[in-house]
Amino acid sequence: MTDAETDAFMDASAAALGLAIQPEWREAVRTNLAVTFRMAALVLDFELPDEAEPAPVFTA
Amino acid sequence: MTQPHWQTAAEITAAVTAGRTTARAVTEATLARIAARNPTLNAFTDTTAPRALAQADAIDAARAAGQPLGPLAGVPFAVKNLFDVAGLPTRAGSAINRERPPATADATLIARLEAAGAILVGALNMGEYAYDFTGENRHDGPSRNPHDPARMTGGSSGGSGAAVAGGLVPLALGSDTNGSIRVPSALCGIFGLKPTFGRLPRTNSFPFVSSLDHLGPFARSVTDLALSYDAMQGTDAGDPGCANRAPEPVSATLATGIAGLRIARAGGYFRANLTPEADRAVSHVATALGITTDIELPEAARARAAAYLITTAEGAALHLARLRTRPADFDPDVRDRLIAGAMVPATLVIQAQKFRRWYRDAVLRLFEHVDAIIAPSTPCAAPLLGQKTFTLGGTELPVRPNLGIFTQPISFIGLPVAAVPIAGTLPTGVQIIAAPWREDIALRIAHHLETAGIVAAQRPQDT
Repeated sequence: MTDAETDAFMDASAAALGLAIQPEWREAVRTNLAVTFRMAALVLDFELPDEAEPAPVFTA
Repeated sequence: MTQPHWQTAAEITAAVTAGRTTARAVTEATLARIAARNPTLNAFTDTTAPRALAQADAIDAARAAGQPLGPLAGVPFAVKNLFDVAGLPTRAGSAINRERPPATADATLIARLEAAGAILVGALNMGEYAYDFTGENRHDGPSRNPHDPARMTGGSSGGSGAAVAGGLVPLALGSDTNGSIRVPSALCGIFGLKPTFGRLPRTNSFPFVSSLDHLGPFARSVTDLALSYDAMQGTDAGDPGCANRAPEPVSATLATGIAGLRIARAGGYFRANLTPEADRAVSHVATALGITTDIELPEAARARAAAYLITTAEGAALHLARLRTRPADFDPDVRDRLIAGAMVPATLVIQAQKFRRWYRDAVLRLFEHVDAIIAPSTPCAAPLLGQKTFTLGGTELPVRPNLGIFTQPISFIGLPVAAVPIAGTLPTGVQIIAAPWREDIALRIAHHLETAGIVAAQRPQDT
């Protein structure tokens, strides 16, 4: 996402979630979102079969 | 003779049991030591002196009456302040939660340690809501590294690291979601145990990420880790994540050596992005263990990324109501991460959970060929308090999320780890990683290294 797209995503998500982001918090939230989406890209780039089961409650 | 404040739990309980000292004398000395050192280290947020002295007197009375004493009789301990302590609000490092009414019951692990004769002396500083690798805290101030109070303890169990490394208590409990036992163990130069996910019950402790949260001990010897771990094992219906598994004590086999064990060093991801001192620490252990081969944990970088996504999203879900109603009361470093976490699309989290199972299966296959894997605990020794970035592999990165790059891919699939300290100008640490439910193997290797003088709790120079 571009910075403008990230800002638009942040504003829309905050509205949907009922979060009030103060102006002085925006840069840090934007930075954290950018990191999060970089992490997400790594995960999404890995091809998994349709049958892959999630592990929401992990059992060792 | 070991100075009293540097005695191990095993030494203390032996002295109390033999009548060479009393539990009251040990407890009074511990409380005095805390009063003297805590203004520098900021490890404790609460002390529980009346309760501790009453427990001590009960132990001394039991001995006087000829009753058998527990395996931790007279051993002072303290807990990260996300454990419920009856009579204290469970602040979990936050300003918000300390407004809650005092807990009415102790965490299950506290009760189990006390049943073994240990004596709770207080609650310990931590990063807010455990979303932290630094040990810094906006509300209570940072816990400080006993080897250099200008430096981080690591977190989020920062007070646990400072209290044990600073000689305030021989034993502490902490939690580890992505590395919060192993990181402070390394930066403070002490031993830590992150058991298999589901081994120790989390009943009556404040959560962070339910499918990743582990509880475990810190100590200055492997024997003490084993003693406390054995006293805490056993299922508990109060924690849905706790496995229905009988205790599997490790103390009796701790000193059986490492003959026949196949041990490898984690390569690839775990060889990159670490400073020379962290690399030397792992090499030191590898040489001592005669390790000649590297083993690749497949897709470790993606595992770390997936753990990051699940953590930020689940953590945000836990705190969403508080983020909506009183965001200004959070530590800003935590709040701004949680706000971003609240915005993660569900599809990404589900995909991360699918990847998690793939990764688990791939890593478990490695344990068909090895019994244990060693890897660095942190990429570097303790950064300075307030330091925001460091350089790893030629890239400047934020400290807070990146201190845990080597611990996250391991806890992501719940593997047990004994974290062992390597002495230096500043200490560093190594993870000894075993297959699920094989804490015994990780601790046997740790004990072998300790006996050989390769790893040891590092005593701060000023104490």
